[in-house]
Amino acid sequence: MSCGTESDNAAIWGILHANPHKRHIVTTRVEHPAVYNLGKYLALNGYHVTELGVDSSGMLNLQELTDAIREDTAIVSIMYANNETGVIFPVEEIGHIVKEKGSILHTDAVQAVGKIPLNLSKSTIDLLTLSGHKLHAPKGVGALFIRKGITFTPFIIGGHQEKNRRGGTENVPSIIGLGKACELAKKYMSEEQTRVKQLRDKAEDEILKKAPDTRVNGHKTKRLPNTTNLSFEFVEGEAILLLLNEKGICASSGSACTSGSLEPSHVLRAMGVPFTAVHGSIRLSLSRYNTIEDVDYVIEHLPPIIRRLREISPYSKETKVKEQAGKISARV
Amino acid sequence: MWDYSEKVKDHFFHPRNVGEIENPDAVGEVGSLACGDALKLMLKLDKSGRIADAKFKTFGCGSAIASASALTEMVKGKTLDEAGTLTDNDIAQYLDGLPEQKMHCSVMGREALEAAIANYRGMKIEKPVDEGKIVCKCFGVTDNKIIHEVREHKLTTIDQVTNYCKAGGGCRSSPANPGYYRDGMAKEKEKAEVGKTGTR
Ligand SMILES: Cc1ncc(COP(=O)(O)O)c(C=O)c1O
Repeated sequence: MSCGTESDNAAIWGILHANPHKRHIVTTRVEHPAVYNLGKYLALNGYHVTELGVDSSGMLNLQELTDAIREDTAIVSIMYANNETGVIFPVEEIGHIVKEKGSILHTDAVQAVGKIPLNLSKSTIDLLTLSGHKLHAPKGVGALFIRKGITFTPFIIGGHQEKNRRGGTENVPSIIGLGKACELAKKYMSEEQTRVKQLRDKAEDEILKKAPDTRVNGHKTKRLPNTTNLSFEFVEGEAILLLLNEKGICASSGSACTSGSLEPSHVLRAMGVPFTAVHGSIRLSLSRYNTIEDVDYVIEHLPPIIRRLREISPYSKETKVKEQAGKISARV
Repeated sequence: MWDYSEKVKDHFFHPRNVGEIENPDAVGEVGSLACGDALKLMLKLDKSGRIADAKFKTFGCGSAIASASALTEMVKGKTLDEAGTLTDNDIAQYLDGLPEQKMHCSVMGREALEAAIANYRGMKIEKPVDEGKIVCKCFGVTDNKIIHEVREHKLTTIDQVTNYCKAGGGCRSSPANPGYYRDGMAKEKEKAEVGKTGTR
């Protein structure tokens, strides 16, 4: 596959086309656009799509899932770990529910592969998406795992490559790169759980201590070891990123202004994070290549940036209370 | 990330006139936390009625802060009448241009200025653009506001309307789903264009 997005599309279309009489799919409101926007597209093009909501910690209600799966549910597509918050869904448990109800489970595991142990030989997952650049492989390569016995119609129709599952000459160098990256990820897996997690926790704890009116978005423990999503009240995410960039610190934001669309993160909105906190959200992701010096550097430079922006901001704790009482211009 | 001009970067990294004025002669406040940007502008006049000092506080992205900073520099030394003629394009030009998608930042600057001037003159902020039918619920944009921006800037596409007043910027996030409000906006724009030819 050329990337995670292709893999997600291939999985969902591949199952839909193989089961043309089934017109329903179940997914969530917090998927990556590769699945989220595909779901929107399908809903406009004759399919029934159920989007499961999440609670304020970003977790699903499994009873809601059980109730959502119907006889004509072709596929359930639920991500393994969220790309904005790092929240991990109980995918094996979800797989049992999906099996019991007689449907097929696809999981977008782009963020999970290489960071938490996965064992597909003992798993309820039918299809799994991964992407190279999230585990230090070259950019522009992905993979789709399809369990033996799953009927699948190729998304890219052509020659008989990949056991007739994807036409087109394989990108051999990238495939080798991905293979090597997986090998290394397995070797260093325990480091993600220990050292990387400690670095993340330290960064998070210290920033929370030094920058008041800050919150962590997403479940505190059911979360990838390398991700933290922080909301700083009264300031805006793009402004934070620009100032971080000046210091050579790379982060991303769920703020509307960074993305080109004017809508802030659909993931944080689905969690019911107030608009005020969504606008000032940033995500920091670490990897095994980060050091304690990197983390100390961020701890040193991020809180003053927040302070500086708050000095420019007309808002403070008091104005926020007024604002919320007086105005509901937010769309749910 | 956005491709900002050197001037925008300068005004963002080194904003001029941040803060509040004690006993200001005029205050203009626009935007809200929920919308993602807001600006509070304060002016002090000298005896001859010229703007002696201008200060601002902004909640918003890089170009929102830069636009506010630029605005305070631009109005100093002007009478309120002179300042009142400044347009959002003037602010954008002063900054050597803004990315098209960020034009609403300079619009916010002009609106804060209008609000401050109205405040000084003791007028109820006369903003017909805020009256009318809400077309875009995400950002609370009315049909009058859209018509105003279309006429003022001779906008020809829906994307431009979004860039100038945010309308439609929320629900069009999915390329597959152009969304109801965009359709509503297309109609409003048509109306506005009809109105434009009508007044010529
Ligand atoms: C959860 C998730 N799914 C899908 C993708 C898309 O992968 P790609 O960029 O390789 O298309 C990404 C990342 O970009 C992701 O984080």
